[in-house]
Amino acid sequence: MSHIIILAVLDGVAYGSLVFLVAVGLTLVFGVMRILNVAHGSFYALGAYAAASLGLGLSALGLSPWLSYPLFVVAAAAVGVVVGGALERFLLQRIYRHEEALQLLVTFAVFMILDNAQRLIWGVQPYFYSEPLRLLGNVAVAGITYTAYQVVFLPLVAIAVLLALRLFLRRTLAGAVIVAVTEDREAATAIGINASRVFLLTFVIGTTLASLGGALAAPTTSILPGMGADMIVLSFAVAATAGLGQIEGAAVAALAIGLGRSFAVFFAPELEVLMPYLIMVLVLLVRPEGLFGKATARKI
Amino acid sequence: MATNSSLRLALLAVAALVAVAYPIVSGSSGSFLTIVWAKALPVLGIILLLQAGQVSFGHAMFFAVGAYTIGFVGRAMAGGELVLLLVAAAFASLLAGLLVGVFVVRYRYIFFGMLNLAFSMVLFSMLEKFIHVTGGSDGLRIARPTILGEAMGRAQYETILYYVSLAILALALYGGARFLDSPLGHALKAIKSNETRVEYLGISARLVLLVAYVASAVLAGLGGALVGAIQGIATPDYAYWVRSGEFVFVAILGGTGHVAGALAGAFVYEFIRSSAAAYVGDTWQMTLGIVLLAVILFAPRGIVGMAADLWGRLTGGSARAEPAPEEADAPDAPAREPRPLRIVGGGR
Repeated sequence: MSHIIILAVLDGVAYGSLVFLVAVGLTLVFGVMRILNVAHGSFYALGAYAAASLGLGLSALGLSPWLSYPLFVVAAAAVGVVVGGALERFLLQRIYRHEEALQLLVTFAVFMILDNAQRLIWGVQPYFYSEPLRLLGNVAVAGITYTAYQVVFLPLVAIAVLLALRLFLRRTLAGAVIVAVTEDREAATAIGINASRVFLLTFVIGTTLASLGGALAAPTTSILPGMGADMIVLSFAVAATAGLGQIEGAAVAALAIGLGRSFAVFFAPELEVLMPYLIMVLVLLVRPEGLFGKATARKI
Repeated sequence: MATNSSLRLALLAVAALVAVAYPIVSGSSGSFLTIVWAKALPVLGIILLLQAGQVSFGHAMFFAVGAYTIGFVGRAMAGGELVLLLVAAAFASLLAGLLVGVFVVRYRYIFFGMLNLAFSMVLFSMLEKFIHVTGGSDGLRIARPTILGEAMGRAQYETILYYVSLAILALALYGGARFLDSPLGHALKAIKSNETRVEYLGISARLVLLVAYVASAVLAGLGGALVGAIQGIATPDYAYWVRSGEFVFVAILGGTGHVAGALAGAFVYEFIRSSAAAYVGDTWQMTLGIVLLAVILFAPRGIVGMAADLWGRLTGGSARAEPAPEEADAPDAPAREPRPLRIVGGGR
């Protein structure tokens, strides 16, 4: 019994770390730009495909598989900067003045396009690339053998990203500028902050985080069409549970949802897929603004 | 104006006549058009909610409720009776709409949209997981029901489904237009303008939204039941969130200012989809995405809006109902502050 509990905890931590990486990007973009990017899950999938392709290329060239780690970061940044940057600059900039329903739909259209593009580029056959997983070997936690990649490396990356984001937003000028635009865009513009540059930067960071999540997920799962569609719903559940725009809250919610899901796998397998939504609905019933969200005043 | 509206009435009559005569003249059972009629129903539901400025990204759940209801009831009654099945589907989706609606009408904008999404995903995964009840991802077969006690051949059944769908859609469009013109419908539109003021008038915004929500759920349920009856199968895909997105897409494509947008959108959408599948093959999803972007960026009032503009130009510019939102705030106006998220009930 205790074995199963430990196993569930390890599963949950590994899964929650990945979900956090994606969800924190979504929540950051929403917090600053007030846009819910439905295409966010596509960046997760693009990151995974890009990482797997680069990794397989690495093996084909006979280079050291250790290079796959830096390559993951390169793949994620490339997807975030090129695809994410282009999307913000050429499309999203045009729709900030539209109503929210239309903004949501624009990102939905982008999701359809990117989803189709993936199928065209990588086909519908699943990809496997588990080399980096094997490199790190296994660790034994309380008598359970688990891959070090999933229970040590992924959580460490998640914590590093969380700390880095905190430092960036609280301690650097660029971060302070982002926070200023989030708090009051007009006032920030009035003191000479270029809000559209801030939006571009935020969006690129957000999409890079999503594709980093995808790249790091690549060795742990089979990469196939549809993975992005599932991920966006899940990361929204995390972001909403935490309160949209809450970065530290997203970590807590991701862990809670990761653990909830893995416990469901062992104790109530029918509920596995439902678990994230059940948690979200329960939280929102009690606290409509999410666990860490702030209620906004009504305006007449 | 008198000639204008009588001309419009005449056009409407011609369109109705063509729709009624189509299967007789062409000799085919018109299953393409049947799908159009059926799919316009959930889109109409989405348009109702859009009047209040709310987008549901989960109405596929009611679509699935309708389809699975006729599957289950049909199985229990060994075939079943079409009229009874449709009533059952409407009732089931009404209950489901009430159940989910009581919860989601407390939220607005993104929370509203995404909570609907979450509920539809719950239903989707339940349909997929409980294989012994729902048939899992293989779906639930829907046997051909009798119609008013008569067993039907395939062609005859399809022809009758065509007329049944057309009749339901016509009723729904008429009812929808009347609803939007009623005090309740105006209260619904007022939620979009300023919800707090609506409440100051002594109207419960939640209740108004709930009525519209349940109505939209019933419309989606009927649409799902009809599509299920046409295709003879209900699969979990019926509840998948991408399908919900499709409904919203079609509503925007058709135009959200008028109930006719549902019909125009569904027709053009199905047309693009079937011809895109034939001509561009595996890039149809991308084609649709690009069309959606083009509509939002260049014709935000949809097909009906464009038609109204054209109509206005033809008849001397009097029929233009409202300025396009694009022109309402000029391109060189200072960038609008992104609207803060208003969570009603959150300010306790």
